[in-house]
Amino acid sequence: MAYIQYDGVGITAMAAAVPKRVIVNREYTEVFSKAEADEIVDKTGIEQRRFADENTCSSDLCLAAAEKLIADNSIDKEDIELLVFISQTPDYRMPATSVTLQHRLGLPNKTIAFDINLGCSAFIYGLSVVYGMMERSNLKKALLLDGETRSKVYSPRDRRSAFLFGDGGVAALIERDPKFGKSTFSLNSDGSRADLIMIPAGGYRKMSSAETVVEKVVDEFGNMRSDEQGYMRGGDVFNFVIREIPRDIKSTLALTEKTVDDFDYVVFHQANNFINSYIMKKMKLDAAKIPSTIAKFGNTSSVSVPLTIVSELKGKLDGKKDLLLSAFGVGMTWATGIVPFVDCKISEIVEVENGKAV
Amino acid sequence: MTINKFIEKFAEAVEVEDASTLSANTEFRNLEEWSSLAYLSVIALMDEEFDVQIEMEDFKKLKTIQEVFDACTKE
Repeated sequence: MAYIQYDGVGITAMAAAVPKRVIVNREYTEVFSKAEADEIVDKTGIEQRRFADENTCSSDLCLAAAEKLIADNSIDKEDIELLVFISQTPDYRMPATSVTLQHRLGLPNKTIAFDINLGCSAFIYGLSVVYGMMERSNLKKALLLDGETRSKVYSPRDRRSAFLFGDGGVAALIERDPKFGKSTFSLNSDGSRADLIMIPAGGYRKMSSAETVVEKVVDEFGNMRSDEQGYMRGGDVFNFVIREIPRDIKSTLALTEKTVDDFDYVVFHQANNFINSYIMKKMKLDAAKIPSTIAKFGNTSSVSVPLTIVSELKGKLDGKKDLLLSAFGVGMTWATGIVPFVDCKISEIVEVENGKAV
Repeated sequence: MTINKFIEKFAEAVEVEDASTLSANTEFRNLEEWSSLAYLSVIALMDEEFDVQIEMEDFKKLKTIQEVFDACTKE
């Protein structure tokens, strides 16, 4: 495991945006029966998700969140000198969405802007990248944007993924201040498992063609998808997660000589209730310290950790709070973060329709 | 753990109401209750009771409840 530690950098404000359109899973019965939907919801705990309309991209969700954050905290845009956009559902294959967001947000041309493409663990990876750049520079403020429209990735005719994923975007303002003290990150990768979660076509290994968009029956259960839609081998992902996640959390705690009891909140990637409650049980964690948005937003990939903080910890982060963050997914990559929060200002969640806040 | 106790736990995981309808030789993939979700529950059972994590490729080779039990206890 590779660890990185920083000192005196932290998140000072956060905001989030979700599409206005609510998908109620128990009524999501265009393809599958009510009985099938109920069975999946009972097991995964995902009651509702948000789906972006055709005019809303990850970038639009992040733009709405960032504008809310900038307005609520009276931020001078000239002070934002670093913008990192995390997503696997960017606007274009090129240019990088972060650069279009620099312009759309009205940030100065001196802003450093680039994208990170990683998946469910990416917010923690992204924090470590931005914390590192902030610690080693005199950049005034950094904006970490993280958005996903996973609803556009998966086939509605593949029951193994059709009920799990939702959309969202977050903005986090990151600044230097000695009050934050130390933060610690453990970042990991295992590319031998790249085929557990994948969109096989549409990149440059298997380029888009008439054939890659054809929906095919892919298994004995009659599930259907095209090669440009994502698939997930849920059983293998589950196996991987229950082995690696407790191990990574334990070793990061050991490194920092902390125990889970030292933390005010433990925020997990919101995969689904089956996985998350199993980890909680296996690690004997206190449910009262573990906020969840699985029921209302489902799995929003890398957005799920920060979206859960904005949704569930608003009003609870006054003073100094120690958060343990843990996320895992496509790659596979997984990450643990020990991240102190001090008086973080959290905005109300914004709803977005047709690419604009409503 | 005995095979009979394992069959009870297997029935619970796969949500077969009457465990007595199962035996060590039951081919679990033919059960009406078998699904990708039931598979996750069996993985959880193997991890929780035996600290065994099995790859899907290896799990695919298992046909009966006895074979799953053997995979959990072979060490």
